[in-house]
Amino acid sequence: MFTKYIFFFLSILALYSALMVLMSRRPIHSVLYLTLTFFAIAGHYVLLNAQFLAVVHVIVYAGAIMVLFLFTVMLLNLNKEEVSPKPVWVKIVVIIAGGTMMIVLIGIFRGYDIALKTDPSLTQIGLVKNLGRVLYKDYLLPFELSSILFLTAMVGAVLLGKKEQI
Amino acid sequence: MEFIPIGYYLFFCTALFCIGVTGVLIKRNALMILMSVELMINSINLLLAAFSTYLNDPAGQIFVFFIMVVAAAEVAIGLAIIVVIYRTTHSIDIDILNKLKW
Repeated sequence: MFTKYIFFFLSILALYSALMVLMSRRPIHSVLYLTLTFFAIAGHYVLLNAQFLAVVHVIVYAGAIMVLFLFTVMLLNLNKEEVSPKPVWVKIVVIIAGGTMMIVLIGIFRGYDIALKTDPSLTQIGLVKNLGRVLYKDYLLPFELSSILFLTAMVGAVLLGKKEQI
Repeated sequence: MEFIPIGYYLFFCTALFCIGVTGVLIKRNALMILMSVELMINSINLLLAAFSTYLNDPAGQIFVFFIMVVAAAEVAIGLAIIVVIYRTTHSIDIDILNKLKW
């Protein structure tokens, strides 16, 4: 009963701040609303008993990615309104298209349910102990490959950010 | 003990995903488009984690972890490209980048 109220509160908070990301005029307000969305989603992870994912989500998204976005907004001095927003008819068409997509997807998913094997509120798979065992036993190679991906991304970002001609 | 039906997570993630799609289509600012992509990635992550918990299968949560890794690399490269675009054209309006369009 209590979990349901928390779920609805977090969902409404996430949807409201996601809408405000699109509707606020200045990019810096959008970034701050996006941070609020990320914290609401971290709350959802806690509700799902996925503690490892909740902590990683806060560190990666609310920490690293938000700092990158804010840094770019400040560095490029972008904190002003869009110079040439799209015409009104394009916005109306886009909103109709997005709403249609949502209605179709909800129509597909309506009435879907799964046969639960266990009570989801008692599951233990999201804890660091169990997840780490799976990660280092079954998914060791992808884990190591992701470090190479990070190295590549770092080299690429440094190369792109250099002042001289590449 | 009463728990939340999986359908609620499906509806919530669908709504969040569609807000992200609308943002990609409606905005001209490249930074805002990148933020909308982040919203979409987050909705998919949450849905994967929800199904992983409900089916009691840890593979879903491992996949969420890897998606986060790829998303972090993607944001770093994307923002570096936006900085380079701004340096050459003094704007991040995507409608002026139309040389490859036709």
